[in-house]
Amino acid sequence: MAYEVNGKSIEADEEGFLVNINDWNEELAGLVAKDEGIDMTPEHWEVVNFLRDYYAEYQIAPAVRVLTKAIAKKMGPDKGNNKYLYELFPYGPGKQACKIAGLPKPTGCV
Amino acid sequence: MGEDMEEEYEGGIVKKFMFVNRKAPYGTIYALEVLEMVLISAAFDQDVHIAFLDDGIYQIKKGQDTKELGMKNFSPTYRALEGYDIEKLFVERESLEERGLTEDDLLVPVEVISRAEMGALMAGMDVVLTA
Amino acid sequence: MSTLHTVNKSPFERSSLQACLGHAQASDSVLLIEDAVMAALSGTAFAAKLADAGQSIKLFVLGPDLKARGLDPAKVVNGITVIDYDGFVDLAAENSTIHSWL
Repeated sequence: MAYEVNGKSIEADEEGFLVNINDWNEELAGLVAKDEGIDMTPEHWEVVNFLRDYYAEYQIAPAVRVLTKAIAKKMGPDKGNNKYLYELFPYGPGKQACKIAGLPKPTGCV
Repeated sequence: MGEDMEEEYEGGIVKKFMFVNRKAPYGTIYALEVLEMVLISAAFDQDVHIAFLDDGIYQIKKGQDTKELGMKNFSPTYRALEGYDIEKLFVERESLEERGLTEDDLLVPVEVISRAEMGALMAGMDVVLTA
Repeated sequence: MSTLHTVNKSPFERSSLQACLGHAQASDSVLLIEDAVMAALSGTAFAAKLADAGQSIKLFVLGPDLKARGLDPAKVVNGITVIDYDGFVDLAAENSTIHSWL
């Protein structure tokens, strides 16, 4: 499949994950979020940006358990827990937030 | 009975796993495939050990830059292992010496052990996977 | 008539480099690529053998493959020339045949 942003076609796989992470921009993120039924709030952006920083540093999308722990470490236990993250991304922070952040599907995520 | 089964699942059986890396990165796909296997294994809460010996130690050599190859540099991912609670990394001293490398050349904290100690460590594992 | 020999296997794992050096003629060039670039570094168990071979054969190593593996091009054995992809093409053009020691 592909996303259309400003008349430009951006390639994605059949599940909607970007083929090339460098194609990402905030406008595209908003479009992907809309497809997922998510209205992006500052709290959503915080997680998405965290994921992009994590990827820049380690070159992988983290497993949910690892993401939760890393967020708890950086932003405190109020945000670094399953309940908070699943409220923001009901179909799973791994799948949905990674997709919006332009990251590949987390390794080991089915 | 159902409850018993769940307890067994929750408690789980923890085995000692060791992934043994013997090949350099980029020339073949083995290093990257083992790394993915390690990341997936972390989901099963097992006692994971990673060994680097022979050319495998080049996987964690500092300063890798693959831009001109047009391949992904996956060496930063070894630094993510700590976050996956995989912290038992072993490097064989003889392999370092044969290649003129030292512990300072490596991009993650490891325990450097002798070939004899590595052999003994392997012997104590439940599962050993080498590539 | 001269030959460009390429070796792409680690000398720690396979005997291709040894076989290549044993067969290359004095006017030939040997280029180390992919996992064979490890052989070019000073301080390894193969450094002396390479320095020795360099007395009669022209030795080269591919820089991009060194960099990918975090190996410093400044630390190659004396007598080995670091080249880039353009240099690889030049070598291929200068020699009448290419022998890949896979």
